[in-house]
Amino acid sequence: MDFTEVPVTSERKSKKKKSKKAGNKRMSEAENGESAGVEKKKSEEKMENGESSAAFPPTFSVSEIKNKQRRHMMFMKLKQEKRKQKLQLRKKKKKERAALGDKAPPKEVPKTIENQRVFDETTVDLEDEEIAFDEGTDEFSAYFNRLTNPQVLITTSDRPRGKTVRFCEQLASVIPNAHVYYRRGLALKKIIPQCVARNFTYLMVINEDRLVPNGLVLCHLPDGPTAHFKVSSVRLRKEIKRRGKDPTEHSPEVILNNFSTRLGHTIARLFAALFPQDPNFVGRQVATFHNQRDFIFFRFHRYIFKNEKKVGIQELGPRFTLKLRSLQKGTFDSKYGEYEWVLKRHEMDACRRKFQL
Amino acid sequence: MGDRSRLCSVWLGSETGILKGVSLTRKQAFNFCDTRQLSRDQEVRVLSWGDPPAESELLLGLVDGTVRTFSTEKGAFTDARRCGDPQDGCFAGLAALSSSTLVSCTENGAVRVWAEDSREPVTKLEAGKTVCRMRQSPVSRNKVATGGKENGLKIWDLQRPEAALFSAKNLRDDWLALRRPHWVRDVAFIPDSDKVVTCTGYHQVHVFDPSTPQRRPVLEAEYGEYPLTALSLTASGSTVVVGNTQGQIALLDLRKGLVCGCLKGLSGGVRGLQCHPSQPVVASCGLDRFLRIHSLEDRRLLHKVYLKSRLNCLLLASLELEEGAGGQVEGQAEVKEEEEDEDEVWASLEQVEEETTKRKAAEKDEETQKKKKKKGKD
Repeated sequence: MDFTEVPVTSERKSKKKKSKKAGNKRMSEAENGESAGVEKKKSEEKMENGESSAAFPPTFSVSEIKNKQRRHMMFMKLKQEKRKQKLQLRKKKKKERAALGDKAPPKEVPKTIENQRVFDETTVDLEDEEIAFDEGTDEFSAYFNRLTNPQVLITTSDRPRGKTVRFCEQLASVIPNAHVYYRRGLALKKIIPQCVARNFTYLMVINEDRLVPNGLVLCHLPDGPTAHFKVSSVRLRKEIKRRGKDPTEHSPEVILNNFSTRLGHTIARLFAALFPQDPNFVGRQVATFHNQRDFIFFRFHRYIFKNEKKVGIQELGPRFTLKLRSLQKGTFDSKYGEYEWVLKRHEMDACRRKFQL
Repeated sequence: MGDRSRLCSVWLGSETGILKGVSLTRKQAFNFCDTRQLSRDQEVRVLSWGDPPAESELLLGLVDGTVRTFSTEKGAFTDARRCGDPQDGCFAGLAALSSSTLVSCTENGAVRVWAEDSREPVTKLEAGKTVCRMRQSPVSRNKVATGGKENGLKIWDLQRPEAALFSAKNLRDDWLALRRPHWVRDVAFIPDSDKVVTCTGYHQVHVFDPSTPQRRPVLEAEYGEYPLTALSLTASGSTVVVGNTQGQIALLDLRKGLVCGCLKGLSGGVRGLQCHPSQPVVASCGLDRFLRIHSLEDRRLLHKVYLKSRLNCLLLASLELEEGAGGQVEGQAEVKEEEEDEDEVWASLEQVEEETTKRKAAEKDEETQKKKKKKGKD
């Protein structure tokens, strides 16, 4: 079955469809007696392989090889070549740097999406009086002026299943003064006045979909804003590797990272008001809300300072990711409430370098 | 202070009690507030002109029941009057009848006419249990329209406060024979005719005609699924701009009741909307702390200003928004930012520019597509 390969497709830039057709032609020409559909798996062009390793036609690309194994091998070789070249380049540059010593040009900073972030005019300037006044007298002022202690009510959507129930229990162990109640199909608008009467400050509703928690409604109680988040990537304690023992009753410290815009500040205050104002440093527990690219990552750790510069941390507790979908002024009223911010995907997600939080 | 206030073409009232003036020519926003005493009690609820044709005085209705007068010539607050108790609710509408009398309406339905220097109102009117909005007719100063939750549109003549001139009937029962709920959020008088257009919390827009014997709406249109909070008529009178709680603003044609187009950009609930009396431009403000100015012809965003507090109401001056608006847009290719820091001057304005010619836009699209292809190949 040796036949000389007529370079039919190698001249033009072939997309996959074209090369399939060309492959078909070759099959019928060669009269192999094999079915046309199986061409990809059969090794019809041994010659081609030999040829290609010897001399590449100028417009050859790896994707033209029909044989999957050979194509894979060629691709791997290509990648290794590239990697070798990159390493060589790097070594050369390093040598040059070492040779120049002090006169070397400064290291270039790689471009990341966070670096390239579009300047947001709503970024909070901490010295701004108007914003300071606005924040000082907003709905969270009672908490930040130490007039109330947080009391959190955690519930779910109706009829929760295993993972969500365990998630709620673990959340309740992480947030002090939190109580889990079964939903019983009650309407949120009716639960809220009852919670207010019993001095709760937060209502947390975890929505479940297909056995997994996927949404969180966080409502600050007397008349405060309601935030609706999308929850993803929930890992319960069992699923966390190398974790420490269960968290204790001590109030954790709270770390809020990277909330820079006005909306970010409001959300950060929302999270901060979940935990009591005075953390028990004896407990050495810390809850972190880290905002990156509009995703908020929640982690719960126990730390220990080995000496002044080294810390060891153990992850306890659940971990999950949140993304803000809407912030509504007033308590939960999704139909008639006024929204302070709504995620409009097609308008806001159009630019990859623009973030809202 | 006076020179700054004379430049401002847009006035806004915020929840922190600060009156903001924005000058679009100089691209600056100014705060006008009383020394350093800010308080949430002084949240500005309604804004209106104190002397309608001249537009040199602003009336601010605050949450605690006082009405303050601000003079644009002097750039300072000249007067403060006590018009009602805070128990009556916040102001739902404020209008000037003449240079010294004004009519105010609270959310509990108490419409009062106040003469100068008197503690008691001259005329009292009860306009239902809840009133969300009261507006004065631009044609006859004595006519006001009120509407609220489960309280239909009523047009009153202030000189005959006993009975309403026109009281609207609720819509017919729906196909299940259930009573239709009714919640008037905003009212406007259509120029050159007797008609009144309202927008409701059940995402409907109604047009009423008091000159016909029909008390039900003459035209009914719907937009979206969220309550419509603000309404404004264009200068021509045949289109209406409505905004809802999710920040969607739409242009509706009043002849057929169809949506002409939507204005993009807002991310929070719309609190104030106003069309410019002569230019085809609409200003919107809301809970997302931005003032946006859109052009009505091509629905483009012309200006966007960040004003650090949530905005409750806005007023446009009748003068030209900025000189040579058309010329400036074509010439500039970059986004300019000017910042000045003074004691009470907050200046942060960004002029949003987009390519005017279609070709340029197409080229840009091609470039981005090529870039995407390259990235895909790598």
